Amino acid sequence: MSTPATSSMYEPKRLGRRLAGPIFGALCLFATLIGVVVLAVLLGSVFALVTRYATSENWSSWLANVGGLSSYLGNLLSRLQSSDPESAGFRAGVFGSLWLLGMVTLFSIPVGVGAAVYLEEYAPAGRLKQLIQINIANLAGVPSIVYGILGLAFFVRAFGWEKVALGPTLWAGSLTLSLLILPTIVIATREALRTVPNSLRQAAVALGATRWQVIRDHVLPSSIPGILTGTILALSRAIGETAPLLMVEAAGSILRVPRGPGDRYTALPVEIYSYAKQPEAEFQTVAAGGILLLLALLLTMNSIAIVIRNRYGRGPRN
Amino acid sequence: MKPPVATLIHSGGPPAPEAKIVISAKRLSVWYGSSLALREVTLDIPCNRITSLIGPSGCGKSTLLRCFNRMNDLIPGARMEGTLEFDGEDLTSPGVDAVALRRRIGMVFQKPNPFPKSIYQNVAWGARINGYKGEMDELVERSLRRAALWDEVKSKLNKSGLDLSGGQQQRLCIARTLAVEPEVILMDEPCSALDPISTARVEDLMEDLKKDYTIVIVTHNMQQARRTSDMTACLMLDDAAKDGHRTGIVVEFSTTARMFTNPQDPRTEAYITGRIG
Repeated sequence: MSTPATSSMYEPKRLGRRLAGPIFGALCLFATLIGVVVLAVLLGSVFALVTRYATSENWSSWLANVGGLSSYLGNLLSRLQSSDPESAGFRAGVFGSLWLLGMVTLFSIPVGVGAAVYLEEYAPAGRLKQLIQINIANLAGVPSIVYGILGLAFFVRAFGWEKVALGPTLWAGSLTLSLLILPTIVIATREALRTVPNSLRQAAVALGATRWQVIRDHVLPSSIPGILTGTILALSRAIGETAPLLMVEAAGSILRVPRGPGDRYTALPVEIYSYAKQPEAEFQTVAAGGILLLLALLLTMNSIAIVIRNRYGRGPRN
Repeated sequence: MKPPVATLIHSGGPPAPEAKIVISAKRLSVWYGSSLALREVTLDIPCNRITSLIGPSGCGKSTLLRCFNRMNDLIPGARMEGTLEFDGEDLTSPGVDAVALRRRIGMVFQKPNPFPKSIYQNVAWGARINGYKGEMDELVERSLRRAALWDEVKSKLNKSGLDLSGGQQQRLCIARTLAVEPEVILMDEPCSALDPISTARVEDLMEDLKKDYTIVIVTHNMQQARRTSDMTACLMLDDAAKDGHRTGIVVEFSTTARMFTNPQDPRTEAYITGRIG
């Protein structure tokens, strides 16, 4: 038997150990606060910009300010673009963005989820799969402006082949944004598919199910919360993008709501950008109001993602 | 020194002669990529009997069990050599329809793995995807009764299968397997995650099921093998495999009574008396 260690062999450093935990915790809290504070400052400055012009100078009346702000934003929603800040609005951009949202959803979800299902459930392990994986991971990091250039050359102009060129239409814009967020959707969906326990797949296979039956009835239903959450976050990114849309000629001076997918369009962030470029100070208020509209749209989408995650993600899993 | 393989294979003698043979393995080897997992297994699974596979961890019991319903197909690089006959077909041949085979040879897993669906759907799903034409409610009830679970769940068929206790979940998995009307049921340590009372219920159930089904069970519990099975195969790691891979072999295959009272192989004796493993 070895001799028992005497207490003098230990140097507990109690104070240091006790302090290290709270210090680390405080640093983490600080890191968290940075994000919250930045968002608060951002929102505050936008609100200040809007309220300065849009509402009464009387700051004591908060209710009047809120009322003034919401009626101002309502006006922005109903007005088209104008060179007069008093009658300028975002109607064309809001509808353009909603069109984009719908079309990008239709293009990117089937393709992205399909690619992820192939990679996770079908693709044999090997060089090819590895190559595709690395490629997709890299694509997710490509700057959005590059997708803009691709969209311009490929969709808008079709490398000069005018018969098939889509022109600066919603088709071209939404296809470009779809390409932009595809890698994100593929990665999020693959993560969701990976959380489906293998025991579930095996149970189904052992009953004589084909691979398709297993995917349709077990793998996809179990991973839908994860897929939807990741997809909605990717879609919010698409809706906020400006650079690629400028590249594919989503014009800042479109004076009507698009009538169909083949129509020219503008988008909310593009309009915000073109108002913010104007020299008159009043347009800054209009731009700030547009930012609030965009933020409202994005926060709504993110809230939907959170609700979906909480609603469907709760059930026990093994 | 490498023991001669042939004498090991036949050391247990043939199974009880009165039973029809359902699955017959002859010199069956299993490879995972370049490593040999199971060497030249020869054994016959008799009809309407319980056959248990015992042996220390990593000796290939589950690998052998998963050959019978081609579940090893899910593992990339797994392949079989030799012959494995079931109903006149060699299961090692690549032309075997594994999907159709798995309906006829069902499987119950170590950890209860009900689908995250209702109890009813858990039982009905397998039948439905296999194109069951009959009355589904009736099939669900019959399967749950057969798995001795009906009385406990008949009032909550729409509740999630995951809300049941571990033992109930495992019986639900058995009911789910019975619903596709298999001929053979493979059980991979079905009681290792269960408490003794649930284990006893599953064992009673197996005894009852063997009238209509052939059961092959992998177990770490020697008492369970002794209590429940008619035939026992003892697998060991092959001492002769010195290349770093762990290769399993069947060292003895005989009736359970003989295996536990008069083992022929010294390694079997050492294992069942608790000296190794």
